[in-house]
Amino acid sequence: MASELLLLDFNFSPFAARVRIALEEKGLEYESREEDLDNKSPLLLEMNPVYKQVPVLIHKGKPISESSIIVQYIDEVWNHKSPLLPSDPYERAHARFWVDYIDKKIYPCGNKLWNLPKGEAQEAAKEELMESFKTLEAELGDKPYLGGNTFNFVDITLIPFYSYFHTFEKLGNLNMVKECPKLVEWGQRCMHKESVSKSVSDPIAVYEAALEIIRDLGF
Amino acid sequence: MANEKVKLHGFWVSPFANRVKWALKLKGIEYEYMEEDVWNKSNLLIQLNPVYKKVPVLVHNGKVILESFLILEYIDETWNQNPLLLPQDPSQRALTRFWAKFAEEKIFEAAFNALCSHGDEQKKAVQLTMEAMEKIEGELKGKQQFFGGESIGYLDIILGWISYMLPVFEEVGSVQILDPVKFPATIAWSNRFLNHPVIKDTLPPKEKMLVYFQERRHIISCANLGWIKF
Repeated sequence: MASELLLLDFNFSPFAARVRIALEEKGLEYESREEDLDNKSPLLLEMNPVYKQVPVLIHKGKPISESSIIVQYIDEVWNHKSPLLPSDPYERAHARFWVDYIDKKIYPCGNKLWNLPKGEAQEAAKEELMESFKTLEAELGDKPYLGGNTFNFVDITLIPFYSYFHTFEKLGNLNMVKECPKLVEWGQRCMHKESVSKSVSDPIAVYEAALEIIRDLGF
Repeated sequence: MANEKVKLHGFWVSPFANRVKWALKLKGIEYEYMEEDVWNKSNLLIQLNPVYKKVPVLVHNGKVILESFLILEYIDETWNQNPLLLPQDPSQRALTRFWAKFAEEKIFEAAFNALCSHGDEQKKAVQLTMEAMEKIEGELKGKQQFFGGESIGYLDIILGWISYMLPVFEEVGSVQILDPVKFPATIAWSNRFLNHPVIKDTLPPKEKMLVYFQERRHIISCANLGWIKF
């Protein structure tokens, strides 16, 4: 039934990675179509006319956009195995809160390390980024996963950014092991899962891509 | 549900807190309301919401739920009697969540910028608001009474601020966004929403809102011009 599920994808996108992980966790077969973001396909433009971005999951011809919304959709449709969200409404609200927090903070602050020249604005973004990681470190506490005893929606949302730790360290002059040792351990733990290691980007490749952006922007 | 203790921490003019009021009222849930002064935050609010220090906060039997979008879903899942706020079908739910997120990021933020800015920056903010609203106008065409169908649903609640607060932004910012030629469906929806029995009596007084947002516009303009540093 591979044609039932089509993912408009981009290898490097941490948002697309979330969807890939969710699909793997559920054991679903799907077709992945790599988009050229400089030359977007007519299908992408048709399926996500509002944002024109990946990931888009097309299920039996119907498009679903926005990674957090897609992951919840996958969990609701294929609800017979590997739950990605807790069943209790309060626990669900708690998980969604942290997903929303990660979405508001990590990429919006992190990408300023390569999309902005060095200066006040970049420093402020770096500070906010580290504050966010420390908040997540506190939320993780001594639990094996952000989802508690099991890997869940919150872990899926953050883990693609584990590949970015190396880039944040190099560009931001940071030491993630020193600042957030539990998060680093958490990242390594998640990487043992096949669904994760198959889906996330290589840290060196992420760093090289960031350097290329900096070069192109002339910073 | 006699043992249920529901408390809502809000602020009189917060459109986010208002969403929760509407949801609780629609479901017929009794609750205690706590007015918070967001400009002089209580220790309790900071304790309940240490990450953002904001309203609304819903406390249900001691459990704390934050963020208006998430509180609405929590209410719908916990009190799953009619009216249901979100659609049952997963693809409809996904679409509803998509439009809610879009509206918050693209319409509300731009409209607030239009309220607080001047000159070219304001013109740009108005343009962005209207562009985003065109998408919502498109979604309303061919719909029944509300986004939720015959009755008010999640998306109506999320967008509800447009009906009573956007006209205030327009007046304070001296701009026009709700052009009746461009947005006939939105304006018709807005009127139906305002006249709904649950919504009608829960709106902050317009005069009070005008004064409040005049002050916000003034303070933010001064801050942007560098006269006041926060």
